[in-house]
Amino acid sequence: MRYFRFILILVLFSSFSVKAQDLITFKTYDELATYIKQNNSKPLVINFWATWCAPCVKELPYFEKLNQENKNVKVVLVSLDFEKQVESKLIPFLKKKKYTSTPIYLADKDYNTWLPKIDKNWSGSIPATVIFNQDKKIFVEQDFSSFEELNTFVNQSITK
Amino acid sequence: MKKFGILTLLTVILMSFTSISGYQPGDKATDFKLKSVDGKMYSMSDYKDAKGFIVVFTCNHCPFAVKYEDRVIELAKKYKSKGYILLAINPNDPAAAPDDSYELMKVRAKEKGFTFPYLFDEGQKIYPQYGATKTPHVFLLDKNLIVKYIGAIDDNVEDASAVKVKFLENAIASLEKGQEPEVPLTKAIGCTIKVKK
Repeated sequence: MRYFRFILILVLFSSFSVKAQDLITFKTYDELATYIKQNNSKPLVINFWATWCAPCVKELPYFEKLNQENKNVKVVLVSLDFEKQVESKLIPFLKKKKYTSTPIYLADKDYNTWLPKIDKNWSGSIPATVIFNQDKKIFVEQDFSSFEELNTFVNQSITK
Repeated sequence: MKKFGILTLLTVILMSFTSISGYQPGDKATDFKLKSVDGKMYSMSDYKDAKGFIVVFTCNHCPFAVKYEDRVIELAKKYKSKGYILLAINPNDPAAAPDDSYELMKVRAKEKGFTFPYLFDEGQKIYPQYGATKTPHVFLLDKNLIVKYIGAIDDNVEDASAVKVKFLENAIASLEKGQEPEVPLTKAIGCTIKVKK
């Protein structure tokens, strides 16, 4: 009986910890900005990507590993996919990958207004990553070639 | 010691230049001599009577660039008669983006019936000078090759019929009136320019 309870707890716990997150949709950048403000208990690592962006898809596993292994940060994956491909490509992709990172779909197409709010130097290419740590912000418009490179960069960024 | 100091200073100056590389509105753009899909070489100096140039960094593979393809074709037709020459440049290294090889550029240009030069930035010499970072990335130049506008074609990549602001066309309209564009710089999403690592 004690064993059973132990196993039950274990199963429950593990099913929670590996549960894939449901997609959150934000119509406007302001909704994302509010989300960022409300989720500041840990440094937030936000990766901007799209299923159509090959270098983005390539580095996503590094971000997922970061979310699972680096307990000092929370990873948020903000998709900039085309609206017409949310149902046909984005959702099936996320279903297959079962990421524990938080997936968000940002539908705001008024890039000229919101890109500079993330960082004034962002030219608009993706992948791009921003780290919010209390009132500090670090932005990079580049991809990472390994988990180690990403993890080192994130650790340096949050201890600065 | 003095020599070392000057050298260091020069290095610092050079580095500061590279960190802000690329054109800003008001800068003079470089001309180029690049091969188009028809096998001929094109330069802006070939167009003696041009009132300006629409330089579009674009490519075959990028879905974001593909969304704008039909609009680029229309812009080329519409503005040629007004004296503005559209030149498309593929800045990607085919070693990193196989769909963007010169051979496949020819295929794409034929499929879509491009009426404008589709140039290959062989050796990737031109895009860094312009400071293009992605496809699509548009540079509007006046007849003296002064940069007047940098950025996106319009404000809706997904749906041409839902566009609210035609950034590029507004900038050309300002040039036509002899004025500076009200919005000389816009930001938009795009695919990174592919460089072999």
